[in-house]
Amino acid sequence: MSAPPVATVHKGKVTVANFGLSYDTLEGPLEAVSDASIRVDPGEFVSIIGPSGCGKSTLLNAVAGFLKPTRGKVNVDGEPVGGPSADRGMVFQQYSLFPWKTVRENVEFGLKMKGMDRNQREKSARTLLGLAGLLSFEKQYPDSLSGGMKQRVGILRALATGPKVLLLDEPFGALDAQTRVIMQQILNNIWQRLKTSVLFVTHDIDEAIFLSDRVYCMTARPGTIKAEIVVPLARPREPSMMMSSEFLALRRGLMSLIREESLKAMGGEITPLALQGLNIDLHGQSLADVI
Amino acid sequence: MQSALLNLTEPELSSPEIDSPPVEARAANTMPAKPKIDRVWIWRWLALHQRELRGLVVGAVSLALFLLCWHLLTKYRVTMHVRFVNVPSPEMVFDSWLRSAHDTRFLSHVYLSCRRIFIGFLIAAVVAVPLGLVMGRFRLVREFVFPVSEVLRPIPAIAWVPMSIMLWPSNEESIVFITFLGSFFPILLNTLHGMAMVDPVFIRAAQCLGAREVSIFREVYFPATLPYVFTGLTVGMGVAWVSLIAAEMISGQFGIGYFTWEAYSLVQYADVALGMICIGVLGLGSSALIRGVGRLVMPWAKK
Repeated sequence: MSAPPVATVHKGKVTVANFGLSYDTLEGPLEAVSDASIRVDPGEFVSIIGPSGCGKSTLLNAVAGFLKPTRGKVNVDGEPVGGPSADRGMVFQQYSLFPWKTVRENVEFGLKMKGMDRNQREKSARTLLGLAGLLSFEKQYPDSLSGGMKQRVGILRALATGPKVLLLDEPFGALDAQTRVIMQQILNNIWQRLKTSVLFVTHDIDEAIFLSDRVYCMTARPGTIKAEIVVPLARPREPSMMMSSEFLALRRGLMSLIREESLKAMGGEITPLALQGLNIDLHGQSLADVI
Repeated sequence: MQSALLNLTEPELSSPEIDSPPVEARAANTMPAKPKIDRVWIWRWLALHQRELRGLVVGAVSLALFLLCWHLLTKYRVTMHVRFVNVPSPEMVFDSWLRSAHDTRFLSHVYLSCRRIFIGFLIAAVVAVPLGLVMGRFRLVREFVFPVSEVLRPIPAIAWVPMSIMLWPSNEESIVFITFLGSFFPILLNTLHGMAMVDPVFIRAAQCLGAREVSIFREVYFPATLPYVFTGLTVGMGVAWVSLIAAEMISGQFGIGYFTWEAYSLVQYADVALGMICIGVLGLGSSALIRGVGRLVMPWAKK
């Protein structure tokens, strides 16, 4: 089988050192992320996982160039990130396909911005769509596609320009569980082919383990890196691996890490009583009596 | 997928409604003959468009009832506080339409009104859409222009008639100016609203794909705002007609508004109604035209 004729694949190196970001409020600065350090080596698939509101998306947006760090450094290939650019392709949870452009025009967009001529970019886009099995949808508008298809187009659009690193912000968060699993396999296959550097943000533990070489686990707000877990599962990954004892051990470990942080993120006083909720045996007494 | 669906629904649709023998229906299942599928297709089309067809029928009945009421009210010269004594009957209006359709004077009134609408509306669109886009994009421009536009906006175009006559050297220009004013604000406000509704995720997506300011404006802000622009244009067209007719009645020497008012002065009551209906039809037509253009320009919004 010949090498896929996709846009040139770059493998950038991402280094985030002592990253901190805070917002100014009337009550003073509100810290979203404090002192987080991560790295993505060239061609590596790295996930960030953490409870909601922990600042994992903030971190990703800083790598994309949408947010400026208050403290610390964000570098890609040794260069500080100055703002958004086609070097760092991004896939959003809300798909964000341009509804006024056809599927192919969406995939072509980055190439158009690069100034590539019409014929050439049409050819590239068609090649990419063909690889993803979406060629027959090239002339459709995104509104007529399913969520899974939209997100495939979203990934292709981000890959078309040959970015140094692909950033994904909970890309499958809006999909149903079955489609999600399929999309994880598709992304896994695409990455297996391209081996581009990927930074992937999710709150789904299985997804993070299945896809990644390494997983960073973040704490509740203000977010910081709590643990870094290397996933020793062999490549290429197969769905059957999700049942292996290795996978399950990793899953258990990450689960307990995340659970602790999620409880913190939920706020309020979390007592064993509150957790067990209605399972408490009241022995005929009213709840008020017990408490 | 498609053919499986076809086969499933076919017998149900074809056998009870077109009395065909079951053998034939089964044959149509496996290898549909050409004329057969056409007949089924028509039935299916009718079934699918039942609602639209009913709408058309109800609409036609409603119009017919309106004409009948009008006919009866004028025939018996009903007077119940409201007086239909001098109101022309539909037949009289129809006669006067037959006469006017060949009358170059009447046609030139219509032509002049259309020309005024066209020029005034076109200038309004050409000024208000870019202004709205720029105001939506740049906060400072918005803060600067908005107060003035908010003060001028509530003034009805008719109130501008005396001022307009003072401002412009010719009558024609002053009427076009009033038409322009009428359509300007709806277009501006809707464009502005559209700019405010652009989902920021599209901007970020475009930036991530290497788009710069000008490209983002052309590729994201403009198409994202277009549906709102067309809402503004449709509303603006309506207000343009309102303003034009008022201006023509007050200061015109030509135009369908003037025609209507003149007919009243000359006690040609049938022409009053003819002028009114003519204005209604022109307004309807111009709105339909804008909607049509909108559908052409925004193929993605087709539902």
